[in-house]
Amino acid sequence: MKYIDEYRNPDLVRSLSAEIQRKITRPVRIMEVCGTHTMAIFRHGLRRILPEKLYLVSGPGCPVCVTPPGLIDAFCKVAGRRDVITATFGDMIRVPGSSGSLADARAKGADIRIVYSPADAIQIARDNPEKLVVFIAIGFETTIPLIAASILQAYREDINNFCIFPANKVMPPALETLMKDTSLNLDGLLCPGHVSIITGSEAFSFLAEDYGLSCAIAGFEPADILLAILALMEQINEGSYRVDNCYTRAVTAAGNLKARELVQEVFTPVDSRWRGLGTIAGSGLVPKGKYADFDVTRRLAIQVSEIDEPPGCLCGEILKGMKRPSECPLFGKNCTPSAPIGPCMVSNEGTCAAWYRFGVESI
Amino acid sequence: MCLAIPMKVIETSGGTDSLTDPPVAIVDADGIRRKVRLDLVDRMPGPGDYLIIHAGFAVNCLDAREAERSLELMNEIASSVPHVRHRTCSN
Ligand code: SF4
Repeated sequence: MKYIDEYRNPDLVRSLSAEIQRKITRPVRIMEVCGTHTMAIFRHGLRRILPEKLYLVSGPGCPVCVTPPGLIDAFCKVAGRRDVITATFGDMIRVPGSSGSLADARAKGADIRIVYSPADAIQIARDNPEKLVVFIAIGFETTIPLIAASILQAYREDINNFCIFPANKVMPPALETLMKDTSLNLDGLLCPGHVSIITGSEAFSFLAEDYGLSCAIAGFEPADILLAILALMEQINEGSYRVDNCYTRAVTAAGNLKARELVQEVFTPVDSRWRGLGTIAGSGLVPKGKYADFDVTRRLAIQVSEIDEPPGCLCGEILKGMKRPSECPLFGKNCTPSAPIGPCMVSNEGTCAAWYRFGVESI
Repeated sequence: MCLAIPMKVIETSGGTDSLTDPPVAIVDADGIRRKVRLDLVDRMPGPGDYLIIHAGFAVNCLDAREAERSLELMNEIASSVPHVRHRTCSN
């Protein structure tokens, strides 16, 4: 397939990794922020062809994983109401809160439907005028514009029985919080490709300028990822800090302005709690002004409480890049994808799930 | 969850009215066809263009010229003339 096969060409991949091998002079720590990158790196076996001195750390880029347990409890509580149909992305359904997951709520009779798109939730609302349809709005910058577009559609079409449970998050404030923690000791950052389509590469320049971090935006095919790592290696060797855009076929400096206008029209920033990172100012979004009634927490006056992580689970530390799954005593023993304890083992993009699936015991 | 793949535009339709007739495209990847919304793209695609699709919406129309340039760059690195390069990626 075009735009896929050419970036998977084995000769190209081998040559790029050889070039990285030549460029690396000292141990280097690079964080891949995005869960889709984590998965792509495993799926294409890139760890095996990268130098040992290159230490890849996974970051907080799995939307399901950063959703705190108190919020999951609140999702389940709303889902349990008889007057509600809950619509959610499939990833969220098995993530446990403190008293079960949405899947458990469904087993107890809650009407919960897995949707591919928020637009599908609007259709469910049209088909079920007597019910309130609540879309669980998780996801980062790539997903937020689609949710904004769906709210706008519901507003224009007067679909009053549709609303969202706001749980979206934006990346830059979370990365800033992470970078303030100097114990992470990062040399470089592989910036998320699809988030950057919307935000533009400029959204990450503060990390280079204020935090002295070498940054490169990467696509998701093997050659894309290797090219970005190579760009990082060159910056690190030169001692320079900037954002290199290595995904120019999709990402521009300013991003997708149309999508961002829609987001600004519908949402306003609020403080938001992240698993592992705590509450981060301005990192969440809720519908504002004439769209405020599309917020189910407002419509049904829902309180979200703060609840501790599952005992023994290191997801919080893993999301910060401080620990690796193999350091969790529950990994692969008490916690597996079929019986997950923490979200990092549930989501396809979760670091623990990736390590389990690809059989990484210790690296 | 953020899986987003490039799909080829077969045809576009709609767009006369954002409320009653929003723009959509029929896209194809490996014989799998889908109808996707175009509300979010900042450049309207035509047949043969590639879109990055996420959860039923196109979030971006790929830039074919940039794609060619980056492939050239990759191949140049692969064929190992490292010194002619100024910088690996643009910024
Ligand atoms: S292995 Fe399970 S318990 Fe351990 S950190 Fe990962 S998700 Fe949490």
